[in-house]
Amino acid sequence: MSETLMLQLEINQLNADYAAALDERRFDDWPGFFLEDGQYIVQARENFDRGLPLALIALESRGMMKDRVYGVTQTIYHGPYYTRHVVGPARVLPVLDGDERGLVRAQSNYAVFRTRPGDSSEVYNVGRYIDEIVRTADGLRLRSRRCIYDSEMVLNSLIYPI
Amino acid sequence: MNAPETLSRWTRPESSRVPFWAYTDAQLYRQELDKVFYGRHWCYVGLEVEIPNVGDYKLSWVGERQVIMVRDRVAPRDRGIDPGIRVVENRCAHRGVRFCQQPHGNARSFVCPYHQWTYKLNGELAGLPFKDGVKDGDCVNGGMPADFDLKANGLTRLRVEVLHGLVFATFSEEAEPLADYLGPKVMPWLDRIFKGRQLSLLGYNRQRIPGNWKLMMENIKDPYHPGLLHTWFVTFGLWRADQKSRMVMDDHGRHAVMISRRNDGGENKTVTEGVTSFKANMVLNDDRLLDVVPEPWWKVPDPSTPGADIMPTVTMITLFPSLIIQQQVNSLSTRHIVPRGEGEFDFVWTHFGFADDTPEMTRRRLRQANLFGPAGFVSADDGEVIEFSQDGFRQWGEDGSTLCELGGTGTGGTEHMVTETLIRSMYAYWRKVMGL
Repeated sequence: MSETLMLQLEINQLNADYAAALDERRFDDWPGFFLEDGQYIVQARENFDRGLPLALIALESRGMMKDRVYGVTQTIYHGPYYTRHVVGPARVLPVLDGDERGLVRAQSNYAVFRTRPGDSSEVYNVGRYIDEIVRTADGLRLRSRRCIYDSEMVLNSLIYPI
Repeated sequence: MNAPETLSRWTRPESSRVPFWAYTDAQLYRQELDKVFYGRHWCYVGLEVEIPNVGDYKLSWVGERQVIMVRDRVAPRDRGIDPGIRVVENRCAHRGVRFCQQPHGNARSFVCPYHQWTYKLNGELAGLPFKDGVKDGDCVNGGMPADFDLKANGLTRLRVEVLHGLVFATFSEEAEPLADYLGPKVMPWLDRIFKGRQLSLLGYNRQRIPGNWKLMMENIKDPYHPGLLHTWFVTFGLWRADQKSRMVMDDHGRHAVMISRRNDGGENKTVTEGVTSFKANMVLNDDRLLDVVPEPWWKVPDPSTPGADIMPTVTMITLFPSLIIQQQVNSLSTRHIVPRGEGEFDFVWTHFGFADDTPEMTRRRLRQANLFGPAGFVSADDGEVIEFSQDGFRQWGEDGSTLCELGGTGTGGTEHMVTETLIRSMYAYWRKVMGL
């Protein structure tokens, strides 16, 4: 029991650090939460539920994540906004047949609020993280994070990572 | 915003200045719905591949009217001539209820939950409870009038035409046949992507953009901006002014195709000097994002030069009023404009591939999808500038106008992309339709 609690605590801490990096706009830190060949996917729930492979963002390595960060900070023109991530407590899920030793599966709900200059805050993107996490010498790292969002409409654009 | 009592009228003979009221006037927008979306035009509703089995349906839109695209049973003798796709309005003939609430599914018939009026898949009224009244001893209470005609009380059924798996519908009885509507200049570019191919559905992205719907059509009739707004296009040579390009339009100027062939990008001072979005030293950390592999179907006989071939890497097709079809290297999508008032529209992306794609090609299409859509490296900023355009129009008011005179004030096709001719030609047509 205490081991599970400890693991939950560690994942919650990982999520808190992840959210803080994004909300504090330390985008260069963001790929570091993943393994070198880590996966990052932001996908509409309708595609996920129907088994359709298209995602809003689908990155397959830290390199691609760095390219996204360059896009976010240098090339994609957009109106500025703040994000505020509110991440619920992690549920640690049972491992699946064939999972490598030490792999942790977890799921957490999230809500991201957007605040633009001179505007009130609005609910921007709501969904859940479906994670595969591994323990490395440097602590927990994401092998895969899928952000499956309920929001049926992207409010114009989605620039920063979720 | 309060609409003026009498609408301003277009004051110039040419269409190179578009008045701000064309985007901001609520009364004018109501007229657009009637004359454009519910008038003599064909509107895209979806892909045949989205509803592969009898009874499969999905909700879609024609203007602000929600419709159901459904695959009906077809008698064996009609199978050669009837693709079986029906489009009916999602509005019960009885009390006006938008009865179908599931975005997609499979149905044997449609039943309105309010009073159980039941419709066949083709929209005919099949029956309704207590039509012949309710027996109470020897007498019959109530019921519909004796002359009530089931046939005259079905759902609104739209005319439907299917072209190479693309489904179009219209409320108008007067709209010309779809092939004539699209015209012989645009058709070869639809044939190039779709003819004789089975599509595979990859999925959807949806965004709500706070701008007038026409701004989205303009954006894809505007070859001027991609090499300036979009770093990826100018830096990696996906779309920029030193490429071999062609602007094609139909005889009315309402539909268009922007055709181009990518080059190696890099420095070419005439198109990169002073362009802040050009990043001379930009290299991808993971170049799988742009792992382009040419496909055999890209090369076709050149419709305007008999005997010669043409091999574009990008064709952006705008079909008035509400469909954009994208081929940009290996990424393919339809983009459906759903207007929601004069200042907002939904933009629905349906990405697809072909049924005979290898897993590697599917993977590649999905990777390149990172460039497009509401979060795309080269599309996210289009929604943003459309929002800021609408903001600009709104803050000035009646006598302002946009200026689109790159390449002059006339309308006509070109063999380059340094022009705003396609925008001018769309507005020349739009003025006629709107009677302005």
